[in-house]
Amino acid sequence: MGQNLAAGIGFRPLQAGTQPAYATPTYRSTALRAPFSAPISFPGSLTETTGPRFTPERFPPLTDLSRVEGHDAQGQRIIVAGTVTDEDGKPVPHTMIELWQANAAGRYRHPVDRHDAPLDPWFHGAGRVFTDAGGRYRFVSVRPGSYPWRNHKNAWRPSHIHFSLFGPGFAQRLITQMYFEGDPLLALDPIFHSVPDAQARERLVARLAIDLTEPEWALGYRFDIVLRGRGATPMEA
Amino acid sequence: MPSATAQQTIGPYWHLLEDPQVADLTRFGAPGPAITLQGRLFDGAGAPVGDACIELWQADPSPSELFPGFGRSGTNADGWFRFRTLKPGPIRGCGNATEAPHLALAIHARGLTRPLFTRVYFAADALNETDPLLSLIDDRARRATLIAEPDGDHTWRLDIRLQGARETVFIVF
Repeated sequence: MGQNLAAGIGFRPLQAGTQPAYATPTYRSTALRAPFSAPISFPGSLTETTGPRFTPERFPPLTDLSRVEGHDAQGQRIIVAGTVTDEDGKPVPHTMIELWQANAAGRYRHPVDRHDAPLDPWFHGAGRVFTDAGGRYRFVSVRPGSYPWRNHKNAWRPSHIHFSLFGPGFAQRLITQMYFEGDPLLALDPIFHSVPDAQARERLVARLAIDLTEPEWALGYRFDIVLRGRGATPMEA
Repeated sequence: MPSATAQQTIGPYWHLLEDPQVADLTRFGAPGPAITLQGRLFDGAGAPVGDACIELWQADPSPSELFPGFGRSGTNADGWFRFRTLKPGPIRGCGNATEAPHLALAIHARGLTRPLFTRVYFAADALNETDPLLSLIDDRARRATLIAEPDGDHTWRLDIRLQGARETVFIVF
């Protein structure tokens, strides 16, 4: 197999506080699901430094969630755009982003969601977009509504869009949620606050971007995403 | 430079992404003997976890047009997940080490604030004894949480326990 530097360089350790703890007592569902034992630290090998490739041919993009069969969904139309880079600031080109969200009323098109809010026949709530050669992405949707969950009395999730990214290495797998600037529910949300570091939390909040906003059509929000970077030292040295 | 974006739980509604075909890594006609990997996912109370997303990745056989190397399976109400794939061979690890045949898993679920990573090895493989990851785990019972057992023709079984006395070994890298 020979020395393969590209595949043999491990990933940089995560910075303390910037990722959520598994055991987050204020987020009740973690109580029986967070492991008790600390994970084993392992430098990783080809298995973790390589990762799946997704192509638009096999995973067709769906970049406009705001329309179904030519009909507009209810709600505030939004454009979300940004860049995907690694921790060295290098763009991550041609990488797949999966998206899912509630409709404008705060209801998911999902059998488990029993919230008493209307489904919208013209909103499905799942999308898929690929970054371009410069790591940029863009999609159109409607602003998701807030919805209640049973975590504690009168618990409501802030508006959010789920993002799923892979990057070139399996160790870079990222699933996160994008929030909206100025949402007062953020201050009360245990999932948002599962991230200890305030700056890391703020980076989950998309900002209104007037340069992305299209006149007479849709509000623009910017959300930039950073995937783990490669370590400075070759793992196989 | 900013650190990696914070993870947030996949939540209970991730099935909006689900395509059950993706659990079958042989669906594009990859040649070679196929195996089924199946198991159940349990929480700290021993109850099945029915809303998880389990992802599989393997570096061997090398991914190609016919073999994606990646699969995704939801868990059903009884906690079952199931993949169809090609049995991996050994790969080279750090230095001159050889890694025993294995699959990588990432587990996402409501109540997991970020993914859990683990590996699946295959019982009775002689290379398990010298595998660099398995060798880090002294306790035989803990080590066994990463080793799938035969469960019928070309079928392997490994249950995953998120928490408690028989908790699966999870890894960070």
